[in-house]
Amino acid sequence: MPQPIISLRNISKSYVMGETTVNALREVDLDIHKGDFVAIMGASGSGKSTLMNILGCLDVPTAGTYLLDGTEVQKLSRDELADLRNRKLGFVFQSFNLLSRTSAIENVELPMLYNRTISSKESHKRALGALETVGLKERAHHFSNQLSGGQQQRVAIARSIVNEPVLILADEPTGNLDTHISVEIMAVFQGLNNRGITIILVTHEQDIAQYAKRNVVFRDGKILSDTLLSATRNAAAELSVARG
Amino acid sequence: MLGIVIGVAAVIAMLAIGQGAQNMINSQIASLGTNLLMIFPGAFTSGGVRSEAGTASRLSEDDAVAIKAQCSAVMYSTPMARTSAQVKAGGQNWRTSIYGAYPNYIKVRDWDLEAGTCYTDADERGATKVCLLGQTVITNIFDAGANPVGQIIRIKNLPFTVIGTLISKGQNAGGQDQDDCIIAPYSTIQKKLLGATYAGNLLASAVSMDQVEEARQEVNQVLKDRRKGSQGDGFDYTIRTQTDISNAANQTAQTLSILLASIAMVSLLVGGIGIMNIMLVSVTERTREIGIRMAVGAKGRDVLLQFLVEALVLSFLGGILGMIGGAGASWVISKSQGWPISISAFSLLLGFGFSAATGIFFGWYPARKAASLNPIDALRYE
Repeated sequence: MPQPIISLRNISKSYVMGETTVNALREVDLDIHKGDFVAIMGASGSGKSTLMNILGCLDVPTAGTYLLDGTEVQKLSRDELADLRNRKLGFVFQSFNLLSRTSAIENVELPMLYNRTISSKESHKRALGALETVGLKERAHHFSNQLSGGQQQRVAIARSIVNEPVLILADEPTGNLDTHISVEIMAVFQGLNNRGITIILVTHEQDIAQYAKRNVVFRDGKILSDTLLSATRNAAAELSVARG
Repeated sequence: MLGIVIGVAAVIAMLAIGQGAQNMINSQIASLGTNLLMIFPGAFTSGGVRSEAGTASRLSEDDAVAIKAQCSAVMYSTPMARTSAQVKAGGQNWRTSIYGAYPNYIKVRDWDLEAGTCYTDADERGATKVCLLGQTVITNIFDAGANPVGQIIRIKNLPFTVIGTLISKGQNAGGQDQDDCIIAPYSTIQKKLLGATYAGNLLASAVSMDQVEEARQEVNQVLKDRRKGSQGDGFDYTIRTQTDISNAANQTAQTLSILLASIAMVSLLVGGIGIMNIMLVSVTERTREIGIRMAVGAKGRDVLLQFLVEALVLSFLGGILGMIGGAGASWVISKSQGWPISISAFSLLLGFGFSAATGIFFGWYPARKAASLNPIDALRYE
């Protein structure tokens, strides 16, 4: 068994809300290996978003250890965390979170702006390549607010892969999209996963989770079940059937 | 951006208009004669008995020339000859004051011509019989509507050609009608009418209102030096300035300065608050953007640098546009009101500097706050 890309040990997170303390995560252990496609599921308040924030180095756990690609995350400073997010992680959000009044390609180039090892010429080339991967090359110079929801989410995916991260974190990426567009987005994710990119997806939709290889269900801050799916749905195949 | 432009423009326009108004009022006050110096001959003292002031006139044309040449604070100086005589034109006659003085007299008095021209230095040298008429004289010896310029009038039976008419100045502070006079070349009056050698008095004007005291000391020094050891040593003279008017003028100027400073303060404050709001709103609006940038790997200092650069560019562009706008606005107002505009480098610097400083600070400060948020909090910010 190779070293897991993500290794959580005894991760807890509690928030103090006035007098009461909310335990969002209680001593969670989780390993995720390279090339995995994990769907994290659970009702709201089950701790899945908190887990996502911790996995994404956007938030720090109250207790426990988190190893990301061999780095102990809780020992890092804010700036080192920012660097880690920049180099190792790609984010896809429910509300897309693109910069409005900014073209698609500029949005995709954004992470490379904060990576000083990449020249602007190289970053432009890579951004175009990423847009091609998600099938939006011809829309590169449209402003993000001129694109449809599905297209915006694909720009966001292009942005998440452009820095060649070890892991893509997608927080309810289909939450704001209709069923058909959701399948399209899942096809993109599956395509990326087939190329060896590790993906963690948070969702509360059962059908969306079926496109992943592994389902982890949370309840009350703990892992309820962790199952490998024997037969996963193939989004690309479904789309071609739908087109007839 | 617009906020900065308006802020800077307001400061510059208010200062320029205020400064213009101040200059305007100062020049109006100056036309009252606040920068005038009158040099009168003193009383002749002989064996302890002092006779009436003016009995010994020992002020000469040369004194006037020397004052002009040697006093740096004096703009013009002229000897004066005065007499009172009957003037006749057509069938009318009128008794009035006749002033003989250099052509610069009307400048010293800040007195404009209504029609015609003033006599020249050539007239002065040639003692030509030409004159300028005051309005009271015109109404008394000419029919209404007649053009006096070019007409011949008789002063003490000597024919004088009227070459210009003076605008009405009204009464002076003492209630004397200033328009009831005739002005003619000094040499003409001295030689043709009076046959006198010494000037009745001298008149000089200081370069500016606040240099009157300096001018007085210089004139005093020149006159003292010219009298040392010569036969004129015993002759006294008095230099008078219009102290009460100039005191009032100084107070007016001071009031205006305070007014101007308060206007500047208020417009700086208003402009500053406008800029502050614009910058605060734009950073608050962009908290999500800051969150996105931090999520994809921007460090706190990257975000700060970006906002600082944006604030700098905005403030500078806005400041420059504001300077142009402010200058334009004050130009328009000056044209429509006929005020002299006065856009000082100081007001430009003040408006620009203050706005830039406000813009940069209020662009930077909230950005710093946003950059210190947790990325998720910034992302969730609505």
